[in-house]
Amino acid sequence: MDAIVHLRKQLVDYTASLFQEGFLDDQFNQLQQLQDESNPEFVVEVVTLFFEDAERLLNELATSLAQQSIDFKRVDAHVHQLKGSSSSIGAQRVHTVCIAFRNYCEQQNVEGCLKSLQLVKEEYSLVKNKLETLFKMEQQLLGAGGSVSM
Amino acid sequence: MESDCGGREIRALIVDDSAVMRMIHEDMLGTVGVKKKEVAQNGKEAIDIILHNSPKTFDLILMDLDMPIMNGIEATRALRSMGVQSKIAGVSGRSSVEAQEFMDAGLDYYQQKPLTIAKLSQIIHDIHQFHI
Repeated sequence: MDAIVHLRKQLVDYTASLFQEGFLDDQFNQLQQLQDESNPEFVVEVVTLFFEDAERLLNELATSLAQQSIDFKRVDAHVHQLKGSSSSIGAQRVHTVCIAFRNYCEQQNVEGCLKSLQLVKEEYSLVKNKLETLFKMEQQLLGAGGSVSM
Repeated sequence: MESDCGGREIRALIVDDSAVMRMIHEDMLGTVGVKKKEVAQNGKEAIDIILHNSPKTFDLILMDLDMPIMNGIEATRALRSMGVQSKIAGVSGRSSVEAQEFMDAGLDYYQQKPLTIAKLSQIIHDIHQFHI
């Protein structure tokens, strides 16, 4: 029993810290609300899809910005997609960087775009790490016989 | 043909080019009791689906704005000119200026991204009321 209590506390505290540090926002809570017995893996599935999508977009962005003649409309379209999906899963810091990124696209500011790409890659990496840690903790709790529903 | 209102199941069409958004919206609809859902990846696909079924098939269309081939504004205009009377809820991350153009195209609802369960519940509630 103690193991479950400890693991549960660890999970709760870690989740709280992600919100406090701005990695996640209320939209993540929305996702958790959508998870139930009929859909027990929903959050992991959506987040995994987000990871795949984000990585594809980041690659496309790197390619587009490496061109001799940059197609800013194309870059903007990709950033818009990333902005949308990051906000929909609650990845607040990624979303925030995307907003600035879009402004640079509008200004056709190459340096700004390159800087933003770097930032968004960093923020994405961070939130990916954090979420993977979160899911591992959930797995541990479930493995010990506990439940993750709050 | 419309069957009796009380027991009629709502049927929804999700139109969005993002797989992440489609998954989230599908699940949200399920949570608020909508079991019959279909998806389209852009405005043109949405129109094809509706033409293939019938203009009366869907009670609710969740329409994203930015999509390739045909965007939400064009699709909404086209659907209204086809006589489609489904409730159309526009979902977008754009500014209020673009939102106005979207509304003018024929939306019944507009929601800034991300959509929430509460807002969707309200829309579904309205649809049930309308049929009763």
